[in-house]
Amino acid sequence: MSSLQEKKIAVDGQNRPKTPIYLDYQATTPTDPRVVEAMLPYFTTHFGNPHSRNHSYGWEAEQAVEKARAQVASIIGADEKEIIFTSGATESNNLALKGVAHFYKGKKNHIITVVTEHKCVLDSCRHLELEGFEITYLPVQQNGLIDLEKLKAAIRPDTCIVSVMAVNNEIGVIQPLAEIGKICRAAKVYFHTDAAQAVGKIPLDVDEMNIDLMSISGHKIYGPKGIGALYVRRKPRVRLEALIHGGGQERGMRSGTLATPLCVGLGEACAIAQREMGAEAERLRSLRDRFYNRIKEKLPEVYLNGDLDSRIPGNLNLSFAYVEGEGLMMGIKDLAVSSGSACTSASLEPSYVLRALGVEEELAHTSLRIGLGRFTTEQDVDYAVEHIVESVQRLRSMSPLWEMAQEGVDIKSIKWAEH
Amino acid sequence: MSNAVYMDANATTPPCAAAQAALEAALCTIGNPSSVHGFGRAARAVVDRARIQVARLAGAKPENVVFVAGGTEANNLALASRGDRPLIVSAIEHESVSKPAEMAGARKVRVLRSGQVYLDDLAAALHEAGRPAFVSIMLANNETGVIQPVRAAADLVHAAGGLLHCDASQAPGRIAIDMSELGADLLSLSAHKMGGVLGAGALILNGDLAIKPVLLGGGQEKFRRAGTENVPAIAAFGAAAEEARSVSNATKLAELRDRLEAKLAELGISILGADSPRLPNTSCVAISGKSSETLVMALDLAGYAISAGSACSSGKVRPSPVALAMGYGDELARSAIRISLGWWNSEAEIDGLAARLADLAGRKTHTLSDMQPAA
Repeated sequence: MSSLQEKKIAVDGQNRPKTPIYLDYQATTPTDPRVVEAMLPYFTTHFGNPHSRNHSYGWEAEQAVEKARAQVASIIGADEKEIIFTSGATESNNLALKGVAHFYKGKKNHIITVVTEHKCVLDSCRHLELEGFEITYLPVQQNGLIDLEKLKAAIRPDTCIVSVMAVNNEIGVIQPLAEIGKICRAAKVYFHTDAAQAVGKIPLDVDEMNIDLMSISGHKIYGPKGIGALYVRRKPRVRLEALIHGGGQERGMRSGTLATPLCVGLGEACAIAQREMGAEAERLRSLRDRFYNRIKEKLPEVYLNGDLDSRIPGNLNLSFAYVEGEGLMMGIKDLAVSSGSACTSASLEPSYVLRALGVEEELAHTSLRIGLGRFTTEQDVDYAVEHIVESVQRLRSMSPLWEMAQEGVDIKSIKWAEH
Repeated sequence: MSNAVYMDANATTPPCAAAQAALEAALCTIGNPSSVHGFGRAARAVVDRARIQVARLAGAKPENVVFVAGGTEANNLALASRGDRPLIVSAIEHESVSKPAEMAGARKVRVLRSGQVYLDDLAAALHEAGRPAFVSIMLANNETGVIQPVRAAADLVHAAGGLLHCDASQAPGRIAIDMSELGADLLSLSAHKMGGVLGAGALILNGDLAIKPVLLGGGQEKFRRAGTENVPAIAAFGAAAEEARSVSNATKLAELRDRLEAKLAELGISILGADSPRLPNTSCVAISGKSSETLVMALDLAGYAISAGSACSSGKVRPSPVALAMGYGDELARSAIRISLGWWNSEAEIDGLAARLADLAGRKTHTLSDMQPAA
């Protein structure tokens, strides 16, 4: 069998984005070269099926999977027996919501979630609604955070599970997890959080925060695509019905051969993040502040969407008034940014997250999600700021609305002629 | 690191050279295939290329390939899409079909001693159903390698207005696959059984069939399977599919398998399904009086990695459900072991295994001197 280690590909530096500059770290992150290096032997030399119990190829693979499971558990303060590997956060979210709802169906038929959740949570809820479950979609405040009083008021005796994401994928705001956990525990309701954007970026502890289920993604934390995990609390035990049936792997909660190299990659990504989170958060915060401050210095009428304080350091979501959205995107082709979630980015609809904050449609259309991450440098930030400023200024100079606004005309008072 | 001779290809295979190259290249790319910027479009292009390669392997259209996380998910997705059709499955399906089928109360179709599905029983099951059914029959069995009469089954199913799903996970690179020739309406593939890597599989449709998604969320895979695509594993899948399409290893595999089976025949060791058309790489053998557990452990110590049936069954020692379904007794079903070869195996390895099996069977292989006529 050919061994990759013989060839030993030079992974260092290969993942570094050059131009265009990658500023879309909430869509996906480059796999860290150290993660790639950890994974490679498990694609080739140690390629065994981790469920093969009869030979050393299988045992080696199984050992690697179990080490990875412990690494994932460690970053969220869980026990390794509480970690289920899945194919990604979408599957984790589907499994958490549908799995718990189906298990407790009949006894508890009410679910609470939030209007700004990721699409896979909302779609799972909509599907459950068709099956007869009742769903409460909590609104968010203008800063993107939920109102805890509204959560308390929404909980009913037949509420089964509350699902609130840890960090929003578009605006990066951090929900008050510990407070939500406390409320749910007191009401004896399960608390699930989609932590795809949070793990490795903010400290998380499932016990301190009273979290019962947590979804984790590999490729959002510099790990590989195609792998995720679901934390399922054992004490008190959360029961769920599997979505995928077969060989009974993962304690029957998720059948299918575990992808050893991907598990190893997720484990290593968690281990690296756990070690470096503190320093990296500081570095990103200073880059983010540099980015935001420079934009504000040079451009008026720029609005930050979502709370600034309760926010991960690697995210900015800005609306540029008097600029046409598509024109802006075209003007900054050298920057890989997005106008919202990657999953829905092909659609021209304004972001439902921004709309939920009460952002006006015009402003929602001119928003940019800027995601900074592990490989972003100060030069990247300066280059990006310069480009955005230049592009916005050019577009505004061509905009009659901007001209009128400068002359003091209230745009909203204009009565447009009907044609 | 394991130095054992790997003869458990039906559990998983190492990646072939082309898949490894595609994997390495894709691991170092950045970008979510759903993103509209350049990084995203580059990732999308990798997925689209693989989609064409996988479609070609199965004789299908690229737009009818739904990428999923693996064979198990593909089979679950297929069965979930049956609508309100009654479910009929063969008695020797992989657990990723048989488990969800049992939960749905499916009718099981018997198999013959030959290891092939008993078509008369399928006809009876279709008749009992009384309305168009959803039938799942694998292309080749994972334990015995016996190739199933899928085309004949498809004709029966279609005559009754039903749909046929075929789990073809064990077939690629070993026999040719063509969905239309097989008459399969849905077909499952697993990348890591055919020289790809773990973490990718596909459900392939013959025509415009409505799929009921198991995973909901983003609009990936035309709303048939949500979740960010596993770009590197899909890239490797595509490359492996390209390689498998030529079925270029089949002759070598058959030669090795025949060499092994000739030696086993000398030892009087029986091979399950020997008279049926089989995959060129799989031998399911039973040594009477020896439990499969003892055999695989002893062979592992001797440096040969083989298995007792499917890898999925969480270490529980139990008789092979496939052997039981073929009508063998409990004792034989408890002694069945599976030797599944790959392109990396050699004649010397075959001879070594045969010698070990001879020892374990309590008999020596005949050497040339043994065979010389007595003076």
